[in-house]
Amino acid sequence: MTVKTARKGRVVVKKEMCKGCMLCVEYCRRNVLRVSESFNKMGYHPAEADESAECTACMVCSLVCPEVAIEVYDDEDRSE
Amino acid sequence: MTKTEANKIFISGNHAFGEAAIRAGCTCYFGYPITPQNELGEYMSEHLPPAGGVFLQSESETAAINMLIGASAVGVRAMTSSSSPGISLKQEGISFLAGFELPGVIINVMRGGPGLGNIAPSQGDYFQATRGGGHGDYRTPVFAPATVQEIVDLTVLSFDVADRYRTPVMILGDGMMGQMKEPVVFPEKIKKLPEKEWALKGRGNGPSRYMASLILDALEMEKHNWKLVRKYREIEKNETRYEAFMADDAEIIAVAYGTTARITKGAIKRLRKEGVKAGLLRPITLWPFPSQAIRDIAQNAKKVVVFEMSTGQMVEDVLLAVMGQIPVQFHGRPGGVIPTPLEFSRIMYREYELLKKKSI
Amino acid sequence: MKLKNKWPKYYKKDVITHYCPGCGHGIVHRIVAELLEEMELGKRAVCVNPAGCAVLAYKYFDIDMIESAHGRGTAIATGVKRARPDLFVFTYQGDGDLSAIGTAETIHSANRGEHISVVFINNAVYGMTGGQMAPTTLVGMRTTTTPSGRNPEYDGYPLHITEVVASFPGVAYAERVAVDGPAGIQKTKKAIRNAFQCQIDGLGYSIVEVLSPCPTNWKMTPRASFTWITEEMTKEYKLGVLADRRARE
Repeated sequence: MTVKTARKGRVVVKKEMCKGCMLCVEYCRRNVLRVSESFNKMGYHPAEADESAECTACMVCSLVCPEVAIEVYDDEDRSE
Repeated sequence: MTKTEANKIFISGNHAFGEAAIRAGCTCYFGYPITPQNELGEYMSEHLPPAGGVFLQSESETAAINMLIGASAVGVRAMTSSSSPGISLKQEGISFLAGFELPGVIINVMRGGPGLGNIAPSQGDYFQATRGGGHGDYRTPVFAPATVQEIVDLTVLSFDVADRYRTPVMILGDGMMGQMKEPVVFPEKIKKLPEKEWALKGRGNGPSRYMASLILDALEMEKHNWKLVRKYREIEKNETRYEAFMADDAEIIAVAYGTTARITKGAIKRLRKEGVKAGLLRPITLWPFPSQAIRDIAQNAKKVVVFEMSTGQMVEDVLLAVMGQIPVQFHGRPGGVIPTPLEFSRIMYREYELLKKKSI
Repeated sequence: MKLKNKWPKYYKKDVITHYCPGCGHGIVHRIVAELLEEMELGKRAVCVNPAGCAVLAYKYFDIDMIESAHGRGTAIATGVKRARPDLFVFTYQGDGDLSAIGTAETIHSANRGEHISVVFINNAVYGMTGGQMAPTTLVGMRTTTTPSGRNPEYDGYPLHITEVVASFPGVAYAERVAVDGPAGIQKTKKAIRNAFQCQIDGLGYSIVEVLSPCPTNWKMTPRASFTWITEEMTKEYKLGVLADRRARE
């Protein structure tokens, strides 16, 4: 029987490109993304990734992002 | 392009516009039916596809001018034609062509107006053509043929001027000229079309390019406007054309273009027989207007009479040209009425008589 | 860790668009740019973008573009495609552009079966000019020109232009999708892929209408706009394939 470990992923929000629409925060099932306290140059509170949360690189956040501001990484060589 | 006597063809003005365009390398024609120029589109539908071109009858004149924009943007020689009301619908597109700096040939076979008017010949669209009927600060070179041969020559020239300066170019014919047949000589079909590296052709491996007339930054828009003005100065310098007919010793000078100029020539021949020194200055380009030529001829003349098939539009350019140096009389027949040589000769004779009285 | 979503090749690198937060244009732009890359169309593509919110699309798509006068996009695209059939030609238009001032151009380019693809963004209002009523504004919907809500007695009913053109034999493919969440966004990409494939295969005219959020003018949050599309807009504008004549000989 093969045991599939949950994919380990990571997201990076390009702070200065985010317009704070919060769609990624709303749709992330693992609460990886949240509203940042800080402002970006455009005056928005950008989304930011909570490093401690369990991102599975499902890519929903990058799908709903209107600004192409989220990069999704995953651990390609996860064990089977 | 060499012209040979052999291919003298008896052809109508409307058909001549079409054939000349094909020979000038026009590969896309977009048009919409409207009298008195229907035969032009019909001709293109029959002759352009076999010549490897595209004929498309659009849903409106507005659509047609925009199809021309698309074809011109990718580098082909494109043309559209209509008559007065249809030309009104193309004004937005012509302004965009000017803004884009895109070539295109637009033919207006003028008819009576305003409104639906009628289908008789008229020259009521002079202001629309020369003052830029569309929005914004632009000028459009406007050619005014007077004969079917000149339709051929000016159509070919229009494609060259449009490409050389990357500008829309208009030809003002009229309903009579469009329907009338005359024997003409056509040039050989153009072999090599001008290179257009500016044309869009998909970015390929190179950088992407775009054509847009929106310039949100006012200072940038201003720069663009002055750039267009430099172009228009060039056109004024190089492309102004006119014909002087029996004008050298003329004491009374008529100014008329197109069909009206032909009628005026008839009147002048009559008057010359009766010893009246009458002459004609015929603008061939309505924009750029031959103001200098008119000023020069007006030097040794005593009176200018302007004839138009309208209520008086070109007369204002004549007044601007002579700046009050010489009296200018206007005589016009709007609404599609075609004046006669006799009518014009009487007008000029009466003006000539008034001159004689004053000078005694 | 490996990057899974590299920047789309035909989307100008790291561009920040002028669109409002949560605007559907941003999402559809990315989808189109991804498809141009995946379907290897970018090199021979010419897009005709509208006057309206997407008037600046040529600052975003990294392909050859022509900016059209309001409503004239499909006429310009017709001219481009007829002059250069080898190019991949598509228009990107809004609901005012395509189904108000450009209605005649839309209907007749479709009826002629022009070999172009149309990406039609329906956000039920005129966005660029500040949220006025569009032909697609829903009954009862407030806009800056229907302050007390669209009243059919006065303003007529929402126009279903895609259904109109879907009835034409010249239309090879017509579908309506919605950018109203992850699933809708994926369906939108699939629909536009089908439309683009239509043109590649020379099957004729294709159009995809995308119900798209306009949070600013709807006065909703981006998330609420998604829900409003799912629950309200799709009642009026049914999703699905409206015409599929791709299999015909």
